[in-house]
This record gives sequence, C-alpha cells and structure tokens, in this order.
Amino acid sequence: MEVFESLLTIVKQGCAHGDAVTDETMVPRGVKIHASDLKNVCINLHQNPAAFFDMLSCITAVDNGVDAGTLEIIYNLYSIPFHHHLALKVIVPRDGGEVDSVQDIWKTANWHEREAYDLFGIIFRGHPYLRRILLPADWEGHPLRKDYKQQEYYRGIKLEY
Amino acid sequence: MKGFLDQRFENGGFIITKLEDLINWARLSSMFPMTFGIACCAIEFMSTGTTVYDMDRFGMAPRATPRQSDVMIVAGTVTFKMAERIKRLYEQMAEPRYVISMGSCSNCGGPYWQHGYHVVKGVQRVIPVDIYVPGCPPRPEALIGGFLKLQEKIRNQSVVAPRAIEKLGREV
Repeated sequence: MEVFESLLTIVKQGCAHGDAVTDETMVPRGVKIHASDLKNVCINLHQNPAAFFDMLSCITAVDNGVDAGTLEIIYNLYSIPFHHHLALKVIVPRDGGEVDSVQDIWKTANWHEREAYDLFGIIFRGHPYLRRILLPADWEGHPLRKDYKQQEYYRGIKLEY
Repeated sequence: MKGFLDQRFENGGFIITKLEDLINWARLSSMFPMTFGIACCAIEFMSTGTTVYDMDRFGMAPRATPRQSDVMIVAGTVTFKMAERIKRLYEQMAEPRYVISMGSCSNCGGPYWQHGYHVVKGVQRVIPVDIYVPGCPPRPEALIGGFLKLQEKIRNQSVVAPRAIEKLGREV
C-alpha cells in the first residue's frame, strides 16, 4: 500500500538510533522502532502535513515473559482528516524499562502512560505526575506482568478468594 | 364518616401492643437506604425505585447521606480502592444500621473471584453484612425479597434480654 510506504518514509526520517522495521503481525500495520527514536518519530508524525496524526488512540503494553526479558509498548495513532491508522512498537527491557513521554504531543497520553506505569511498571521520562491511576496508591507490584504475585493482605483485607 | 384508622380499630383508637413490636414495626416500615450504587447492580436498584416495582411502598426512600440512612445497599463490585470509602461511610451511619449486599460481586467477588486482583471477594471482608441478595444482577423482585427478609430480621429483634437465658443465670 502506497499510504503505508509513505508513512514508513516519514517514520524513517526520525530514526537516528535504530532501524524502522515493518511489523506485519500488527493490526493496523505497524512499525517497530528503537526506544530512543520514539520522541522524534512522534513529533514528525504529528507535525508533518502529509502524515497529520493528530489523534493518539491508545497506548498499551505487552509483557513478553520472564524468559524473553522484554516489554513492548504499542502506540496506536490515527489521522482524522486522512483516515490513516498506524501502529508503533517500542521494545524495552523488563527491569527498568524507560521511554520518553509523548504527553506534550498528545495530551491523552497523560492517562494512558499512567495506566501503563500502574499495570506494567514502565517509567515515562518527562511525565508531569507519573503515579498510579487504577489501583490504590500503596498497592505493591504491577499486576499485568507475567511474574506478578498477589500480596496477602491489603490494609487488613484478605486478597485471596 | 370516621377516619381510616378509626375504622380499623374499634377500641376508640386504642391499640395494645408490646413496646418492642411497636419499635420494630416503626423501624422496618421506614428503612431509608443510602444510595450506594457502585456498578451494574445500581441500575437494578434504581429500577426497583421506579413505579413498576416501587420500593417506596415499603417505606424505602433513598437518602444520599449516610448520616440519615438506616440501611446501606452495597450494589456493585467492591474494589480495594472503594473498600476504604465503604468502611468510612459505614462508620458514619447511625445505629441501628443494616447492610444488604446486593449482587454477586459484593456477595463473594462474583465473576472476578478467580483473576480479579483488584476486587474484594465479598464486602463482608470490610463491613458486617445482614442480608445477601444473590443474582448478577438480582432482579428488582429479588431485591424486594431481600428487603422483606431484612424486615423479618428486624421484626424478630429484641431490645431486652430473653427471659429464658436470664433464668439460667448466664450473661447475654
């Protein structure tokens, strides 16, 4: 599809640290980029009048397991005037995985990144207040990780059924 | 033409009853529930208040504040974040206070019993519950059945110690 090819060129313009690889398994078709390129690529996709990705639909994360040792963060972008969908995938290590926050480009990323921090433990650099959003503030652990173990009691209330 | 109550009681307007029965009757006929709808069961609770099922005919007039209510109907999934608030609101209610646990989620964790790390498996882990209404969500008739059971429980309450136990010389 020429649309995807042209978007891929715009993505590649921002890639300085690594290569932009097409990921065919993603729906919509996605591009895997290096974690340090994320901010530049997002600024390009947002500002470039040919791309015009003015809406960030979703930020989500995937845990690849303890053996693989990586987490993936997936950004779903949508261009409202052109009706283009694009997905970006960033791979970070499980321990201490950090990426730049894109909340100054798309404000909705504020809450999405807080949710990714809450449930996976991914730190977003530059986020104004990165704290838990769904779980109580003194919860222990990040539940959606594959090696999550429930705590026994939370403030005196038993967790197990 | 005599008034309605005069027609019912022919003793010139005198009724003889026990004080306990009178107090219990007064309490059960005007239970004010605190509007505490958390999730989907709240919708069923609201529809119990509509004209079709009408909980107002049992004296249940929902009050928004825990200070003025008699019964707290916990309708919906109780998460750990919410459990703190439920405890605080329960402590703000004045005695005699009752709790009806409505729906599967507040009875026992409901559909989240196995994998729900964020759900309290039953609100009885937080506050003492008097009546459990099963269902997901319970039909309005089931909730009214729960009210009637609570009324039975109140009707059987007593403020004095039972005589038989006093005769045995034991403390109640």
